[in-house]
Amino acid sequence: MSNDQYNDKNIPEDADRIEQALPDAPPHDTEIPVDTNDAGEIAVERPTQEAEDAYGRGEGVGEEMEVQGLSQGQIVWGRFIRHRGAIFGLVTISSVFLLSLLSMGIGPIPGLWHVQDISSGDVVNGGRPSLSIPGVGGATEFAIGPNPFGQDSLGRDYFAQVMTGVQTSLLVAAVLGVVALTIGVTIGSLAGFYRGKVDMALMRFTDLVITLPVIVLGAVLGALVSRLPMRIGAGPELTQSIRENMPVLLAVALGCILWTGLARLVRSEFLSLREREFVDSARVAGASDWRIITKHMLPNAVGVIVVNGTLLMSAAVTLEAALSFVGFGISPPNISLGFLISDNQGAFSTRPWLFWWPGLFIILIALSINFIGDGLRDAFDPRTKKIPSPRAMAKAERELAATRVNQQSKEATR
Amino acid sequence: MSQDQTQQRSVFTDAIKLSRDTGGAVAKGDVILDVKDLTVRFWVGKEWFTAVENMSYQLKAGEVLAIVGESGSGKTQSSMSLLGLLPPTGRATGSADLKGTELVGMSIQELREVRGNEISVIFQEPMTALNPVYTVGFQIVETLRTHYLMNPSAAKERAIELMRMVEIPEPEDSFNKFPHQLSGGQRQRIMIAQALACEPKLLIADEPTTALDVTVQAEILKLMRQLRERVSAGIILITHDMGVVADMADRIIVMKDGQVVEHGSSHDIFNSPRHPYTQQLLASVPHLAVGVDDSELAGPPNTVIEVEGRPVPLSSPRSDGEPTLLMEDVAIVYPKQGRRPEFRAAEHINLRVEQGEVVGLVGESGSGKTTLGRAAVALLPVREGKLTVAGHDITNASLKELKPFRKTVGIVFQDPGSSLNPRLPVGESIGEPLLLHENLKGAELSKRVEALLDSVHLPRSMRNRYPHELSGGQRQRIGIARALALNPKLLIADEPTSALDVSVQARVLKLFKELQEQYGFACLFISHDLAVVEQVSSRIAVMHRGHLVEVGDTLDIVTRPQHSYTQRLLSAVPVPDPEEQRKRRELRDAIIEREHIVS
Repeated sequence: MSNDQYNDKNIPEDADRIEQALPDAPPHDTEIPVDTNDAGEIAVERPTQEAEDAYGRGEGVGEEMEVQGLSQGQIVWGRFIRHRGAIFGLVTISSVFLLSLLSMGIGPIPGLWHVQDISSGDVVNGGRPSLSIPGVGGATEFAIGPNPFGQDSLGRDYFAQVMTGVQTSLLVAAVLGVVALTIGVTIGSLAGFYRGKVDMALMRFTDLVITLPVIVLGAVLGALVSRLPMRIGAGPELTQSIRENMPVLLAVALGCILWTGLARLVRSEFLSLREREFVDSARVAGASDWRIITKHMLPNAVGVIVVNGTLLMSAAVTLEAALSFVGFGISPPNISLGFLISDNQGAFSTRPWLFWWPGLFIILIALSINFIGDGLRDAFDPRTKKIPSPRAMAKAERELAATRVNQQSKEATR
Repeated sequence: MSQDQTQQRSVFTDAIKLSRDTGGAVAKGDVILDVKDLTVRFWVGKEWFTAVENMSYQLKAGEVLAIVGESGSGKTQSSMSLLGLLPPTGRATGSADLKGTELVGMSIQELREVRGNEISVIFQEPMTALNPVYTVGFQIVETLRTHYLMNPSAAKERAIELMRMVEIPEPEDSFNKFPHQLSGGQRQRIMIAQALACEPKLLIADEPTTALDVTVQAEILKLMRQLRERVSAGIILITHDMGVVADMADRIIVMKDGQVVEHGSSHDIFNSPRHPYTQQLLASVPHLAVGVDDSELAGPPNTVIEVEGRPVPLSSPRSDGEPTLLMEDVAIVYPKQGRRPEFRAAEHINLRVEQGEVVGLVGESGSGKTTLGRAAVALLPVREGKLTVAGHDITNASLKELKPFRKTVGIVFQDPGSSLNPRLPVGESIGEPLLLHENLKGAELSKRVEALLDSVHLPRSMRNRYPHELSGGQRQRIGIARALALNPKLLIADEPTSALDVSVQARVLKLFKELQEQYGFACLFISHDLAVVEQVSSRIAVMHRGHLVEVGDTLDIVTRPQHSYTQRLLSAVPVPDPEEQRKRRELRDAIIEREHIVS
């Protein structure tokens, strides 16, 4: 066994031989096959047999095969789209978004649904949903009908209301996410980068914000929205626009107190990043603090930021629903999913669908965003690796054995 | 000694073994492990990647088998597969017979009885291999009581005995210490005690001394040599350090790309390597003081040493030119943090680096050598004394004043994995200093970047790649190219090759020498490895506990060291030649005995 790999054709060679074989300058920008182990020279020319024998393949070759020629972003994306939960979340949330957009339109642009103006009318069939799906409740064929989600006690179309509510919830989640991300990332990165007194001041401020109760804020905001226009003597138009933009105001207010967790995470990420040697090397190169933060550290913290941003947004959807349910969130003329549930509380025993539909959409939205966040976390974390199922591995093993046998029999016939 | 053994009989041999005893007792010379056609594969992407292929060997009790190879050669995976410690994507096939018990394909329950009992492992990094929240004594007792029916007091007695065997000072006290309260060498001794607790038949030492300083490594090697006489286990030593191999091994397996390329006795492999890979590996290992003529040692040694509280004085100027780096009585202090008192990392440093001169700075971890290097590029403030770099006094310079200074220095970091921004293509990393100082953009910038890539012998197309796609050696070349971008007067090389394999290290060092001649920069070359420093520098400064202890010409330092610490450092460096190493070992052990060092 001892030397069976040894090949007598190999003439003993000096390790430096390859260096000397180098042309003076490597050729121009042509794609050269780069030997992963080699420190460079061999890349110029395919190594000869002896050179291959004299040098090992280097560390982590197996892993490198997976990432060859890809940027960090492409690797993350590749892992993300292989995450089943994340893709489920992405598909669900985009279909919910599209459904609400197509049916109810956005802003002044009307949607395709026949009820664009939500007003009371005749209660048809006790307000029961006209949606019928084969196999559910004895229905035999698929039909949408005039009021697929039924009607509330005033005869208003519930589908139109739920779709408007979905739009509000998504808007709140997006605005809240942007506000919280901006504040959290700024404060966290400054605290983590400068440490010392800046860190002390910013983190104590963060601690202070954490103590603010969300419900009180919602209540104060609700009161302000109704009273402030009178105080400042605003005209009816301004009053109306403040009322109508209530969801945005609520989202900004919530964003202003929900950034704290993100700030702490970004700070700790920055504390560990600033010890990395590439930050030192940028400093030695003469980079300013601004450049180090934005060019070198933030891109490396993007995983933490994106993941926690999405999780925050899914929490925002449920938080908005909860606040509206207790009456501190969205109020008429705006419609949100939580508001719908709270508005129809009394009718649950007689018309349970008034509870199901908004509830279903809250769950769908929150769950999908959560799944997306989960997928992003796995994609950004280099440590998570998909382990193939034992079946897939066993299959590959059999195939490998089969090719081996083939090769051997070929060699034997030869 | 004999008393030791009777005592051992009373607590340990009377204990009832819970775990299975495979194959009964062993005597020296029995074959304990018979490996045949061991193949390890990993599932990567969509195919099987072969990490180890058809490995076969036999190991006798009392024998040390060294498996050498570079990173990625499969040397660790081949041994971990014996214990079933492969990651979930790994598969081992073939056969490994431990005294009649087949190890490959064993169930987890059975393996658990074997691990720590019949086969135990000494890991590379004792700090991470020991659990920081338990005392070291508890961790030895835990191993014992897993495999033996022992009451706690008997187990403690046995643990203390083991700790005495590995020469832990005051074992009764140390029993209740936590890993962080012990030094690196002591932690490794605890790891060895734990590994030997159940008298295993097979001991796998996975790079047992790589994480240690040379002087500590020498002591651990001395201990392991003593232990191999006393225990009847077969030892598999996994290492990339040919010096350690020369010191310990009876037989050697050389691995490359998962294949055994050469297998033979230690003597044969070192004296007549047959495979080109082995020859290349041996040729890459730096040797100390090769080809030194006696005539060169005629004059008195040109070194200055620290004497009782008097720091090494500043060496006299060798040329009329302004020195590139001048440290006058410099002290660098890490300020007090919370309850941690301030720490004086370096004190009374007098050092002069002339223009175009390479000075090596050698010392153990924690000696303050990296601190000095960082201070020289103004990453750390200087508390006392005066630090001048190429005419810029940077002792108390503000950020704005430092900007022109930044153009005159470059630094190459130790860890090529961490020193490049993983989110930037390497071309952008190289071009950053140019962009910041010379405001180069577009075509001009790419021209300069390409020229720099040429000078470090990397293909130009590589500029668009990301650091994770490059190998360690390639990354380090990128690091050097970036440091040289502004054609600095002073380059700080902070252990630039210590994270690389020897063959890659040899090539990077060659490139470094070439570039130094071409660019003519002065360099402070920091390393823990005297043999590496000797290759590149004309003078060497030795650092110990924050003080320079000896500064002198390279030749004199490596042949006629004056300070006792330098002597110890030098004698501890293992050389890749069994005969030579035996002689050095005797000298080394004498020094260790003389100074009664247990670290």
